[in-house]
Amino acid sequence: MADVALQPNRVGAAQPARKRSGLQKALKRKSTAAFLMTLPLIILITLLVLYPAFYSLHLATLNKSMQRFVGFGNFEFLFKRDTFWLVVKQSCIFAITAVLFKALIGFIVAHFVHNIPAKGQRKWRGMLLVPWVIPPAMSTLAWLWLFDPSYSAFNYTLSFLGIGPIPWTGDAAWARFSVILVNVWYGAPFFMIMYLASLKSVPDQLYEAAAIDGANWWQRIWYVTLPMMRNIIAITTLFSLIVTFANFDIVRILTAGGPLDHTHIFATWAFRIGIEGSDIPLGASVSLFMVPILAVAAIFILRDVNKRGNEA
Amino acid sequence: MSRKRLTRRQFVAATAMSSAALITAPYVRGAYAAGKLSIGFWDHWVPGANSASTELVNEWAAKEKVEVTIDYIPSQGNKNLLTIAAEAQAKSGHDIFAMPTWWAHSNAEQLENVADIMGPIIAENGEVNGTAKYLGTVGTKWLGVPACVGSQIKGPCSRIDLMKKHAGIDVQEMYPAGSPPKADNWTLETFLKAAEACHKAGFPFGIGLGETTDNVDTAGAIFLSFGAELVDAKGNLTVKTDAVRQALDFYKKLINFLPPDVAAWDDASNNKWLVSGRGAMIMNPPSAWAVAKRDAPQVAEQCWTHGFPAGPKGRFAPYLPYFWSIWNFSKNKDAAKSLLVHLSKPAAIEKMVVASGGYDLPAYEKLTTLKVWQEEGPPKGTLYHYPNPYKHQTLSIAASPAPPKIAQQIYAQATLTKMCLRYHQGEAMEKTLAWAEGECEGFMRS
Repeated sequence: MADVALQPNRVGAAQPARKRSGLQKALKRKSTAAFLMTLPLIILITLLVLYPAFYSLHLATLNKSMQRFVGFGNFEFLFKRDTFWLVVKQSCIFAITAVLFKALIGFIVAHFVHNIPAKGQRKWRGMLLVPWVIPPAMSTLAWLWLFDPSYSAFNYTLSFLGIGPIPWTGDAAWARFSVILVNVWYGAPFFMIMYLASLKSVPDQLYEAAAIDGANWWQRIWYVTLPMMRNIIAITTLFSLIVTFANFDIVRILTAGGPLDHTHIFATWAFRIGIEGSDIPLGASVSLFMVPILAVAAIFILRDVNKRGNEA
Repeated sequence: MSRKRLTRRQFVAATAMSSAALITAPYVRGAYAAGKLSIGFWDHWVPGANSASTELVNEWAAKEKVEVTIDYIPSQGNKNLLTIAAEAQAKSGHDIFAMPTWWAHSNAEQLENVADIMGPIIAENGEVNGTAKYLGTVGTKWLGVPACVGSQIKGPCSRIDLMKKHAGIDVQEMYPAGSPPKADNWTLETFLKAAEACHKAGFPFGIGLGETTDNVDTAGAIFLSFGAELVDAKGNLTVKTDAVRQALDFYKKLINFLPPDVAAWDDASNNKWLVSGRGAMIMNPPSAWAVAKRDAPQVAEQCWTHGFPAGPKGRFAPYLPYFWSIWNFSKNKDAAKSLLVHLSKPAAIEKMVVASGGYDLPAYEKLTTLKVWQEEGPPKGTLYHYPNPYKHQTLSIAASPAPPKIAQQIYAQATLTKMCLRYHQGEAMEKTLAWAEGECEGFMRS
């Protein structure tokens, strides 16, 4: 064959063969296959998450007209603004309260569903997941109509009991309550389904042993159920904390941050400043402020999970 | 294999033909000889209004041999603002974009100067109103051509019957269709008395105090009627002035006569208030009346659009223009300018205004008396005074005359309505002013 004839010597011919076999070996390796299979996702995340994240970091270091590098100037400016600290406070109240109630309601409902006989359980699971599967932009619109300042269906119903009208979105305290309520309504099914899965994996023998030891209902929860669910609770809480902190749609649709900025959270205030106020660098700085808060929460929660993982 | 030989004669003929084709190619006008143009228009809420723009653009495109694509981008959910931000960052996108109010200024560095076409357009259509100039120019640079599509005045829309019955005011007599207004007594004082009377009768005025544009626009016009500016045209802080104090005192009284939930109102709330028949007046362009015509005809036939009440420093009405701007990264600026000239012809403007049922407003002084405003109804003539045909009120925008980049922040953050609410909720006047001053200082960052 011509290609053989073109080879100057045998040593040169052996090299590509070795390379080929090396490539074949690499391809056969499980880790290589796994990497190749995850590559599309890695590319997608790089394009849609990492690039925008670094770009927003870059934006946060520019001045208002985006022509000059100001380093941490935008953050220094924010730290001097009362509204910014109001937003920080509200974001914490919103996220912590909502996650707490979602976890509590999810835990209670998961127990109820767990105790329903297997035959009817699927039906209940499906129904209880409905709030979570409806796009929040849509379901929040329905809530907006229920809370409407002038034509609230809730107020109409309460009027028969001689209560109200309640300013659901017009008073600072009620508006905070309303946005948290909708967030809990939307997010509790996620906790429920995660906790339900976790409950199903707790071995029955542990409960039997606890019952033999004379443990009551509360002791079974405290000494068996909760320790067995610890990791799921931690991961779910972290995940929900991140999502709730970064929430936008519910607050934006329901109150748009009002009244008097008393329901603004990071994302809605960043939008108000960046897009509606055409100050994109400052808007980017506001949204980036979530990162250190969430990073600290993530470190604590994940460290705890790791510790327990090692104990196991 | 046999091969055909090329003769010398054939070679010369082929060369001559190829050369001729190459030389004449640029001068042959094919279907799209003048290139491509993409346009981002505002998506009109009036059914069928977009088709008037499409027809005008297609008519021009066929004549000029330009391949045109039009995207109608809605303002619901601020989709147009997001698109503007994305295109400004990417330096790529449409050639022409419909910029609402402040966005021409906020993207001024990236917009093509259209002063060269504005001269002839103004010569033909008449002078442009002051607010369009304030929002559309930087020095001698025009940032866009004032678009009639989407531009609006948010003046009072009153219920004829309720105002007559409860406030003793005949709005049709005050603003007669076809003749100049007789509104000398239509002052903020009269307005406040009317608000009180209608509130007592159970039909309060529907004026919101939320953070969306309708709420801010009304507050802006009332503040300007008192001469109240938070930041002056030179960029100086002017929050702690008597004019601002007077405006806040006025609002404090007015809020007592408004529905109790106005702090939570958005741009849809006042429309609903009018259509439901619960209020005697709202401040809106004719969109609420148009919806009433469809959903509550008995309400619509009692609606009359008219001028703002005058304050100590004059009569101001909120005016929100759109601009058709050309991005400086556009690859077909000449074609874009040619299209904007075509869309600014009086006949084209009239076509678009008619298609919008009289909602759209041209910014030019010769075009405020089109037939459509005289004929629209019921009741006939309800829109006659909508385009300010006798210039008896100054068209303005909230937070002006502050430099636009500062004013936009005051506007977007709804500082005016927040001040009114804070003061009404019991905060001391000086504390409210100090808060507003702090906010405005922050808005001045460059």
